[in-house]
Amino acid sequence: MQQCLNIDPGKCTGCRQCELGCSFAHEEFFSSSRSRIKVFDLHDQGLFVPYTCTQCADAWCMAACPVDAIQVDADTGAKTVDTGVCVGCKVCTIACPFGTINYVSATGKVAKCDLCGGDPACVKACPTGAISYIDSDTAGFSKMQQWVDKTAAQHNVQT
Amino acid sequence: MKHVIIGAGPAGVSAAEHLRKLDSTAEIVIIGDEAEPPYSRMAIPYYLVGDIEEAGTWQRKNGKHFKNLGVKLIHDTVVSVSPSSVRLKTGKRINFDRLLIATGSRPVQPPVRGLNHPAVHHCWTLADAREIAKRMQKGSEVVLMGAGFIGCIILQALVERGVDLTVVEMEEHMVPRMMNAEAGAMIKRWCQARGVRIITSAHVIEVAQQTESEKTDVIISTGEALSADLIIVATGVRANLGFLEGSAIAVDQGVVVDRQLQTSIYGIFAAGDVAQGPDFSTNGTAVHAIQTTASQHGRIAALNMAGRKVLYHGSLAMNTLETLGLISTSYGNWQGVPDGDSAVAINADAYRYLSLQFDGDVIIGAIAIGLTDHIGALRGLIESRIKLGLWKDRLVEDPYRLMEAYLARTGPG
Ligand SMILES: Cc1cc2nc3c(=O)[nH]c(=O)nc-3n(C[C@H](O)[C@H](O)[C@H](O)COP(=O)(O)OP(=O)(O)OC[C@H]3O[C@@H](n4cnc5c(N)ncnc54)[C@H](O)[C@@H]3O)c2cc1C
Ligand code: SF4
Repeated sequence: MQQCLNIDPGKCTGCRQCELGCSFAHEEFFSSSRSRIKVFDLHDQGLFVPYTCTQCADAWCMAACPVDAIQVDADTGAKTVDTGVCVGCKVCTIACPFGTINYVSATGKVAKCDLCGGDPACVKACPTGAISYIDSDTAGFSKMQQWVDKTAAQHNVQT
Repeated sequence: MKHVIIGAGPAGVSAAEHLRKLDSTAEIVIIGDEAEPPYSRMAIPYYLVGDIEEAGTWQRKNGKHFKNLGVKLIHDTVVSVSPSSVRLKTGKRINFDRLLIATGSRPVQPPVRGLNHPAVHHCWTLADAREIAKRMQKGSEVVLMGAGFIGCIILQALVERGVDLTVVEMEEHMVPRMMNAEAGAMIKRWCQARGVRIITSAHVIEVAQQTESEKTDVIISTGEALSADLIIVATGVRANLGFLEGSAIAVDQGVVVDRQLQTSIYGIFAAGDVAQGPDFSTNGTAVHAIQTTASQHGRIAALNMAGRKVLYHGSLAMNTLETLGLISTSYGNWQGVPDGDSAVAINADAYRYLSLQFDGDVIIGAIAIGLTDHIGALRGLIESRIKLGLWKDRLVEDPYRLMEAYLARTGPG
């Protein structure tokens, strides 16, 4: 069964362990700025929000890429960037209405969440259970996914 | 059902693939006049720099992709269109039930004497790129006519190749259709600081062979003559419409299409650079000659060609550009509207700029320089017409709180 990241901002304390876990899993060094999950501090609401790609079905980044550098991982459903094919044109970064695929100037390519091949490092790093990896069909589907579905419906098409 | 698509660019390919997803048995044919496998023009700059081989520009890397999908590629030119068939240059006629016109655009030839000189090239097709690659040797003198979006993209490739570059732009600032005066000036200053000579508010009058050398003189409106081994013309593009003359298909700047991307003739659709379709920002129609519009148009056209009635809410202009390492982006109505507020932050020394334009408490357009993280959220805010409420004033104070506003107003927070 396909799984997805479920994020519960209420449980997040803003410790940023997920960012460090993510950057280490992908880059082998600890760097919040190179993390593909990012914790935002909404201090007006007294809330920390971990935020990353929800692997939307009709992925905007994938549709926009001129050279087919973004593929679907058949096992996890993650949309993954093949950095050998990516030319670094950044069109995907402006096409994704969620802002979750980003240009990395150090590599000249883009990076996004790839669900770590099915064993997400952010989930393992989070000490409070604010990020979990759950079956996509499970009830209580993440709020983030609902928002994605809602906006996707608004975007471009009215039937 | 037989679907015929004219043009194997991103719009045509996106349509063909979606048609196959929607109908496993339909006959799907793409007729394209370029010799190469379907490729993306957008990747040409990376070929010029030498980052990729030609194959790196191909839209699909598996050589059997189209065959496996059951999409037939025909290498030919469509010369005319009737309500149920197209005629090819080779004389053949091909019938269709549904037709998609996805013929893209071509560069315009400005009225300049001597532009047929062999040193003059456009940079639009892979064939053009091969010619330019041959001539852009380290140290060669290159004049780039036009500092619009395409010109500026090539600029980076030329500088990386080590040519001696001069840019001549007619308007007062660079990328005039993507950046306002302030942002355009910042980009110009950045490029000049890196040794590129940029002459704005000037245009080329004549290209003439030098008498005692292989080089040419490019004579510009200031009276100066610029010596050049290679002249690249990037002064704008126009939709490829010529073959539609006499077809009764309504055209204006492009092929005029409705919200289903259907032309004035039933069963005939248009997509991509050639289409003048609904414009998200104005509620009118516009040609948005960009990659994102091409791929989206392809999808919406395919849905309607396959019989689903799907209405397009319009394309949003969006561009991102890298000029010698400086990244700039613009979205939608970055000019703003009368009575609309704006939020602007400038840091000239750091080459950072962010301008948000509002209509009421909704963002309708933006320009950013030096900002790349989560940039796509701007599209989300604009296209979903997110009402910012209290967050609008916070953004007017500090537009860099964009992601906070986005999360606070869209749900995940
Ligand atoms: C150098 C360069 C850089 C670019 N960079 C960017 C960028 O960074 N971001 C961005 O958004 N856009 C960029 N663009 C623009 C982008 O490439 C176009 O918007 C996109 O290619 C449009 O796709 P299309 O399918 O509509 O048309 P095209 O890609 O032009 O494809 C149309 C095809 O139809 C063929 N054709 C035309 N007439 C006929 C006929 N009568 N019969 C048969 N075939 C025909 C053409 O030869 C062509 O192969 C760039 C373009 C260039 C040249
Ligand atoms: S930056 Fe890379 S992945 Fe993104 S659209 Fe360009 S080539 Fe594709």
